[in-house]
Amino acid sequence: MKAVLLFSFLALLNVSVAGEVTKINGAGATFPAPLYSKWFSDYQMKNKDVQINYQAIGSGGGIQQLLEQTVDFGASDTPMNEEQIKKAQWPVMHVPTVLGAVTIVVNGAPEGLKLDGDTLAKIFDGTIKKWDDAAILKLNSKLKLPSNEILVIHRADGSGTTAIFTEYLSVVSPTWKKNVGTGKTVNWPVGVGAKGNDGVTSMVQKTPMSIGYVELAYAESAKLSKVALKNKAGEFIIPSTDSISKAALKVDQKMNVIDQEGKGVYPISAFTFILIPENKKEGKLAMMRTFLKWALTEGQTSAAALYYAPLPKSLAKNFVNKL
Amino acid sequence: MNRLYFRKIKNFIFLGLISLSSLFIIIPLSILLVFLISKGLHGLTWSFITELPKPAGEMGGGIVHALLGTIWILSLASFISIPIGILGGVFLSEYGEGFLANTLRYSADLMTGVPSIVIGIFTYALIVIPMKSFSALAGAIALSLIMLPTIIRSTEEILKLTPKHIRKAALALGVPRWKVIFFIIVKGNISTLFTGIILAISRATGETAPLLFTAFGNMYLSSSWKEPMATLPVQIYNYAISPLENWQNQAWSGALLLIILILILNICARLISGRFDVGHGPKFIFMKLRKKWTSKSF
Amino acid sequence: MTYLSSTRFKLAPHKQDKICLWGLRLFAIVIIALIVGLLIALFHLAFPAFKELGFSFFKGTAWLPSEGIFGILPFVYGTFLTSFLAILIAGPISVASALFLSEICPKRLASFVNLFIEILASIPSIIFGLWGLFYLAPWMRDTASPFLKSHFGFLPFFEGTSFGVGLLTASLILALMIIPTITSICREIMKVVPCEQKEAALALGATRQEMLKLAVISPSFSGIMGALMLGLGRALGETMAVAMLIGNNPKISLSLFAPASTMASVIANEYSEAVSSLHTSALCAVAVVLFFISLLINVLARVIVWRFAPLSNRSRG
Repeated sequence: MKAVLLFSFLALLNVSVAGEVTKINGAGATFPAPLYSKWFSDYQMKNKDVQINYQAIGSGGGIQQLLEQTVDFGASDTPMNEEQIKKAQWPVMHVPTVLGAVTIVVNGAPEGLKLDGDTLAKIFDGTIKKWDDAAILKLNSKLKLPSNEILVIHRADGSGTTAIFTEYLSVVSPTWKKNVGTGKTVNWPVGVGAKGNDGVTSMVQKTPMSIGYVELAYAESAKLSKVALKNKAGEFIIPSTDSISKAALKVDQKMNVIDQEGKGVYPISAFTFILIPENKKEGKLAMMRTFLKWALTEGQTSAAALYYAPLPKSLAKNFVNKL
Repeated sequence: MNRLYFRKIKNFIFLGLISLSSLFIIIPLSILLVFLISKGLHGLTWSFITELPKPAGEMGGGIVHALLGTIWILSLASFISIPIGILGGVFLSEYGEGFLANTLRYSADLMTGVPSIVIGIFTYALIVIPMKSFSALAGAIALSLIMLPTIIRSTEEILKLTPKHIRKAALALGVPRWKVIFFIIVKGNISTLFTGIILAISRATGETAPLLFTAFGNMYLSSSWKEPMATLPVQIYNYAISPLENWQNQAWSGALLLIILILILNICARLISGRFDVGHGPKFIFMKLRKKWTSKSF
Repeated sequence: MTYLSSTRFKLAPHKQDKICLWGLRLFAIVIIALIVGLLIALFHLAFPAFKELGFSFFKGTAWLPSEGIFGILPFVYGTFLTSFLAILIAGPISVASALFLSEICPKRLASFVNLFIEILASIPSIIFGLWGLFYLAPWMRDTASPFLKSHFGFLPFFEGTSFGVGLLTASLILALMIIPTITSICREIMKVVPCEQKEAALALGATRQEMLKLAVISPSFSGIMGALMLGLGRALGETMAVAMLIGNNPKISLSLFAPASTMASVIANEYSEAVSSLHTSALCAVAVVLFFISLLINVLARVIVWRFAPLSNRSRG
């Protein structure tokens, strides 16, 4: 009886959902997830026959699931490393989709707190323990800082955001490079781990006197205080669409735009990529390529509203031709 | 005299302490329930139960995909585990001595101790990877592995309580043994068996860990067993750890919905078996059976 | 009556029974094969890690997936510490409640409290995690830990500031989750104590407390131990609530406020995104170790409980 009722209900459901809808599954980075969810929803409104289901489980997860072929496309903030490339059954194309920034967010200190790379590294490795430490006060002479302990919040999962952040710290602090290093997961000396960009954001939101690193979109939507970071030119810059775009004026082959030279550049800016198999062009992947072409052209207009920066036009055109 | 006084004081303190101990259970639970209801009730609207989620940042949206996903995966899991579980329980209660039966019994007990996350890994490795896709089927198989040992053991216990004279009477009348088992004993106990099954299902409803990497998650409605599917516990988990207040409120409403679902299942189970106390009472089952058999005519 | 007659089938009744028996045996074999298959599959997945890491897996205290260093000790520490703390907190409460409910409580109040325990038992782990994250963690951070620090700060267990999430919070929520398990088993065991023993103690002039100690707790003692171990077994495997409340930092630290990681929580957090096949294999190895530990505790518990609880009153295995 229960079975009959259930089946008839689900049969009705099937009828309402029916139609030639292609479902594409993807998984990966939480870094661009807010923008991707807007893109997928906008694209679906224009093309009702494509449904893209994206689960934000972290860059590490995106690469892993793509390699296991349990999803149709992956998303990651960092390119695959050699071991992963070798493990792949086919060559993987890394399509840059948008630029974002890793923002340092704080709870308990005022907006615009100034920090430089070295001090930041010392906070995250536990050398600097309190908010009113001499090094922080030196950079912020006009501010009154509490004498509480700094509570560090980092990522617990395999994260491209972590990779970008630790890459920056390794560049600006040789001590960090030696002791902790770079990677999607690192041996954090201190702090609590949260899952995903949203997990870190929510923890910083809830924990007074805490500091964390999240993508700009998350910091903005949760209205957290952002830190002004010292760039190579000596200025203290707060991340914004503008300062991110300035970082991408000169892009090299590796697409690494961390700690770039120039005025008004935000030092921790980065590309984020969607990964698809290079040689497959039919079926779901053909639809994915069409979507990517749309994202690299029309989709870029929605980037700024969500606090990302659009790709440099030449780069976007380059990839549209490649797809 | 002194010694008696001391004993009396000890008595008073001891009894007082253990009486207060129940408060340590009631108080946190009440806080939890009050918190749950106060935070989740106003979000539990009709649109919440019937709409799909909206993209991040936009207000509104619902969890109909997760609710239907849970019902769908639970039904699938029941279809897999109920027949196997009942047959296993029947085997244990009817032919319960011997090497095979004992092995089955110990294996079922072994399974109840397996953490649900381990079952999730097993299902991921054995089903998700060869199928090259997360799927509702994988989620259903993981849940059925969790429900199976409970169903087997509860079936065995219930069937064992059937009074021997019914069995002997049927056999004496020339009914083949297999018909005695299925048409008389199992059929006679069907409502109590159903109780045990519903309790197993209600336990599986709240399982999150095994579904994390089997059914995965889906932002849309899905009714295909080959596609990933959203489920209520996993969706609550995703919303709970997000920083968006809208999603956090939805996590509370979803949690309230989940508890209501589980309570409905539990109440159904109790109504069917006609009791509201804990544990099986052999006397009651016997009386129920006697009433059933004296009212049917052969 | 005709539907029960066997003349419809060509086979003799005893042959039908034989087919039925073999059919049931087949199902039993399938089920056992499934369970054994689970074990074998787990081992197969974990084997590369055991082979490549060897003993360093069991002795190591560092867990660095990106560098290929995998040591299980931080997780064993986290799992055992939270579970034992949970038993320490839940044990006395559960046993005292069971005693209260079976001996002292008036009938109507007893069914009310029983209802509460039933509800507590059916609340899924994720909801405990949700409540813990939004209520218990802030409470721990703002109220409980300053209190503990100001009064017991000299102990190494209460060093450092509390984030809200950490070992102590996870232990508290685990305690709340295993209370129903332990209480209901203890109640069943205490119900079995023969009335004559209790009456005899009272007749000899014992106070109620003495009667309880002599006639109820003493004979049920091993049963109570068994119940505690079953609760421990449940706490060991608990995943979601712990993953949300333990802070996810695979380090061994003496302070109860510090974040840590348990075997179940690290698998839940890292499995779907393991950076290398060695990482996946190491996580499966953690699963194997977790499986064996919870198996051991469950078997021990059942042996102890079943020896002392007669079959007629045993409702849950």
